[in-house]
Amino acid sequence: MHAFEYASPATLQDALKLLGQQWGQADVLAGGTDLLSLMKDGVHTPRRVVNIKGIKELGGIQASGTSVRIGATVTLDELAESPVIRKSLPALRTAALGVTSPQIRNMGTVGGDLCQRPRCWYFRGGHGLLARDKNGQSLVPNGENKYHAILGNRGPAYFVSPSSLGPALVALGATIKLASTMGTREVEAARFFVTPASDTQRETALMPYEILTEVVVPIGMRNATYEVRQKQALDWPLAAAAVALKMKGTAVESARVVLGHVAPTPWPATQADQMLAGKTITGDVAEQAARAALADATPLSQNAYKVQLARVAVKRALLEAAKGRA
Amino acid sequence: MKSKKDPPQGKGSVSRRGFIRGVGVSGGALGLVSTSVPAAAQGAGAMGPGPVPVTLRINGQTKNVTVEPRVTLLDALRNHLDMTGAKRVCDRGTCGACTVIMNGKVVYACSVLAVDAQGKDIQTIEGLGQGGRTHPVAAAFVRHDAQQCGYCTPGFVMAAKGLLDRNPNVRTEAEVEQALGGNLCRCGTYVGVRKAVLDAAREMKTRGGRNA
Repeated sequence: MHAFEYASPATLQDALKLLGQQWGQADVLAGGTDLLSLMKDGVHTPRRVVNIKGIKELGGIQASGTSVRIGATVTLDELAESPVIRKSLPALRTAALGVTSPQIRNMGTVGGDLCQRPRCWYFRGGHGLLARDKNGQSLVPNGENKYHAILGNRGPAYFVSPSSLGPALVALGATIKLASTMGTREVEAARFFVTPASDTQRETALMPYEILTEVVVPIGMRNATYEVRQKQALDWPLAAAAVALKMKGTAVESARVVLGHVAPTPWPATQADQMLAGKTITGDVAEQAARAALADATPLSQNAYKVQLARVAVKRALLEAAKGRA
Repeated sequence: MKSKKDPPQGKGSVSRRGFIRGVGVSGGALGLVSTSVPAAAQGAGAMGPGPVPVTLRINGQTKNVTVEPRVTLLDALRNHLDMTGAKRVCDRGTCGACTVIMNGKVVYACSVLAVDAQGKDIQTIEGLGQGGRTHPVAAAFVRHDAQQCGYCTPGFVMAAKGLLDRNPNVRTEAEVEQALGGNLCRCGTYVGVRKAVLDAAREMKTRGGRNA
């Protein structure tokens, strides 16, 4: 790990003043479960690390009648154990518990889950976010791509979004708040995640001079997350799906199905959404929606298996959400 | 960085711990040379990148070290405080061998900066069984042969203690598996670990005290 200057400010304004204008100057530290590994691997070499855990306004979960506000430094354990999350946002609780290590859930934060860098081994190995060789060719399509994208992978990005909470937040229509010294801005969760088109871009809308401060999630929809995993113990899912359903009686008025770990961003499966409108969810309907969700999949040489796993995730998430309250 | 000489280890031999500490010192010097002041405006309260004083509360005792901000709690424990119970295996928050309890919650010491652990109540494996009595979790690991090479064991014991502190009513293997999902044993002693944790839970309930 390269040496760095460290600060632990007590206010958001002080923290924002400590950030740089370009990536690489300063990194924000919350849980540290991803940042410390990135620094040990030399993928991130910030000259300053700004710890935001001491900033009180970035914590806490508050519910109003129509939404829940979740502070950026809320840990995944706090999120999963929160009564309001348990009652109204099971899609987030399931996703948080899917981080199957108590040690990570105790340290890792909501903001950190959204801002963690991709697990792509070419990226982690120092080949850059777009994993190109010295001739500018991607290493992924002809390389070891069994955990890479099956959607949104026409290039140049082939990694998958590692966020556990992202698919549920996109499905639920959450808003993400970003602060800088110039003020705050709100970004729809669906627009927070970005597929980079060049090496100078990142995979989220966050700028180097901004801090993610909170997430606001609407309540009132039935929702669920289902993750397909290689093993039950600590690992990222191979494929996941989050769904949010607005109901009219026993039928779906509108649905949002979002896939996780299959594309460079949480991937809205709009064909499934259209197919589900007006239907009552049965096993057959859920299966048709799953097929529609993956209709445009373009697997790489080693990851066609993820198509079926993602279908299973969609079907099971829909059947789980259909049982739910709210 | 700690500069005092290592305690004598025997007939003129260099201790492994002293060697590691020496490597750490030279690494720190390199880091200082390669680091310049960030382009961002100098903020109040920033410290480092050189060594800074850090005060840690470990097993009820106050410990002072002087380490760079980049030093993890794990490396501070092992290389600066001679507390080698927490083990450094993956050093990436994956294996659990460095598990300690911080403010009542299990965490990976490799993924916490020492400067960031200040003001927290830290429990390590060295704090268990004080007063000459083996902690019930550790005793149950011995009874059930829940270790082979033993390198992951301190992490498992601390993760199990963290579980039983939080939920003394653990009864099923599934609960144990979930709570220890962040710990790996390459020897595959999981069967013994599950039995040991459930046995320790029963024993601690019978004795009526977490640290009985």
